[in-house]
Amino acid sequence: MIEIDGLSRRFGDVLAVDDVSMTIERGSITALVGASGSGKSTLLRMINRLIEPTAGTVRIDGRDTATVPHETLRRGMGYVIQGNGLFPHWTVAQNIATVPRLVGWPKARIAARVDALLDLFGLDPAAYRDKYPAQLSGGQQQRVGVARALAAEPAVMLMDEPFGALDPIIRAQAQRDLGAIQRRLGTTIVLVTHDMEEAIRLADRIAVMRAGRLLQDATPAALLADPAPGYVAELVGASDRAFRLLSLRPAAELAEPGTADGPPLDADVSQREALGALLSRGADAVPLAGPEPRIVTLAALRRRAEVPS
Amino acid sequence: MRIAVDRRRVDPLRPSRVPAGAASDARPADPAAARPAGLLRRALPAVLRLAALALLLAFLFMPERFAPLFAPLTQNGAPAIYARTSLVDLTLGHLGLVFGATLAGGLVALALGILVTRPRGAAFLPLSRTLVQIGQTFPPVAVLALAVPAVGFGAEPTLIALFLYGLLPIFENTLAGLRDVPAAAIEAARGMGMTPRQRLLRVELPLALPVILAGLRLSVTINMGTATIGSTVAATSLGEVILAGLQSGNTAFILEGALVVATIAVLVHDALLILERRVGRRAAGAAA
Repeated sequence: MIEIDGLSRRFGDVLAVDDVSMTIERGSITALVGASGSGKSTLLRMINRLIEPTAGTVRIDGRDTATVPHETLRRGMGYVIQGNGLFPHWTVAQNIATVPRLVGWPKARIAARVDALLDLFGLDPAAYRDKYPAQLSGGQQQRVGVARALAAEPAVMLMDEPFGALDPIIRAQAQRDLGAIQRRLGTTIVLVTHDMEEAIRLADRIAVMRAGRLLQDATPAALLADPAPGYVAELVGASDRAFRLLSLRPAAELAEPGTADGPPLDADVSQREALGALLSRGADAVPLAGPEPRIVTLAALRRRAEVPS
Repeated sequence: MRIAVDRRRVDPLRPSRVPAGAASDARPADPAAARPAGLLRRALPAVLRLAALALLLAFLFMPERFAPLFAPLTQNGAPAIYARTSLVDLTLGHLGLVFGATLAGGLVALALGILVTRPRGAAFLPLSRTLVQIGQTFPPVAVLALAVPAVGFGAEPTLIALFLYGLLPIFENTLAGLRDVPAAAIEAARGMGMTPRQRLLRVELPLALPVILAGLRLSVTINMGTATIGSTVAATSLGEVILAGLQSGNTAFILEGALVVATIAVLVHDALLILERRVGRRAAGAAA
């Protein structure tokens, strides 16, 4: 658990982060969302003390990070940056081994860990271990960057725009992979992004920042259902809000017994996808795959997406 | 005065050469017909270097054999070959001066370059740059004249002059090399918990090394010629042959000294260039 308490950072006359307090649960994904200059990256970098706070404290599992030497603190946390920051003169294996080597793991353990991580990220160890970053595609470099951050089995991973340099198709895949790996390892992730869509897709909690202040810190559903008036509501988008809300929930939740024409949708589609199918088929109801015949109706979706205004 | 700091300008002596890969792509379709020509083209620089080296060694160890070649340049029956001191001794002395001065200059310039790129030393950057630039702009001959009263005749004043003259390329290239290290790599190194020293030794210096070596190469090449003036203050260098030629009006001596110095300079330059390319490929993470 990360407890951020009254954290501020001043650069000259500018308050980059202004008295932010929030709690990040163990094993959750928290997205810090805001425009550039909102202070989200500064906040992230104060967690591993790449930037020293002007005021306030950060506690990790109850321990004040100011009492831990910087290098020790950082070696215990994964760190991923935009454009991955791989060392160009080191092989993939050497890059992934960075932190294990710093903390003095035995060679055999490092080698085994490198191969396990490459496997986890869908890169054949025999083929990729000895490659250099310049020989990888952008998506592969990004995966190696995340693998490197996870190498020493950190409880916390900080990510600063980790998907920023990827093209949209690879980005969506990388986001899905990250979600799957996070569920498997239970790592606490704090992620900085300017992309609300990405935050909604990945995060358990979204913290919206503007001009150094934390405006709202809520679950994606709560944020969409009840955004703080002004900037957050604007960012969430009045017209898209209904779609985003639907994209969070499975269609199965609204299923009712019955039959309808057309091929059934997969059981795990989101409500947004179900709505898409309804609109493109011009139907009032679509069948949903399952042991018993069931359907999702346009009426049910409309009720769900209705936003009180 | 500003001396070139970027990779391109720093390299006035690097021959523009077609990369081996490009040459092979351009080969005609019939490999059997094309291979000998391609092989020759690739092997030619190595063959020329070996030939130059063999010629140089032959001249140094058996200069009298070359007398007929230089005889037409002499007048009134003057000797065609400089024989007062062994050319091998002069060459070894010359190389000793250049490498000694470059080694010392390299260490100082590297240390200074590292110092002023650290947050604590950043304030010294303008001062260091000015001092190093003075070292380069102050004529070595004047340095000799000033150093002799202080340290006496011989190798010492020459080493001082060459040391000062060779600082700038290494210093500026150290700065350029360290500044060119990708910011993301440094940020990642910090974020993963490398200490400043680990960052410098494991990330920054290895990535800057090719550019630093280019500065070293430039410094050595420049000083190879400059070291000849050491003979005016009784240092052992190949300048002795040239000076003897000047004093006795013997063109053959002047040419002998100059050719030997130039050939050594070219060979050493090429050797360092090959080393630099090898290191450069590693730093860029090219295919092993």
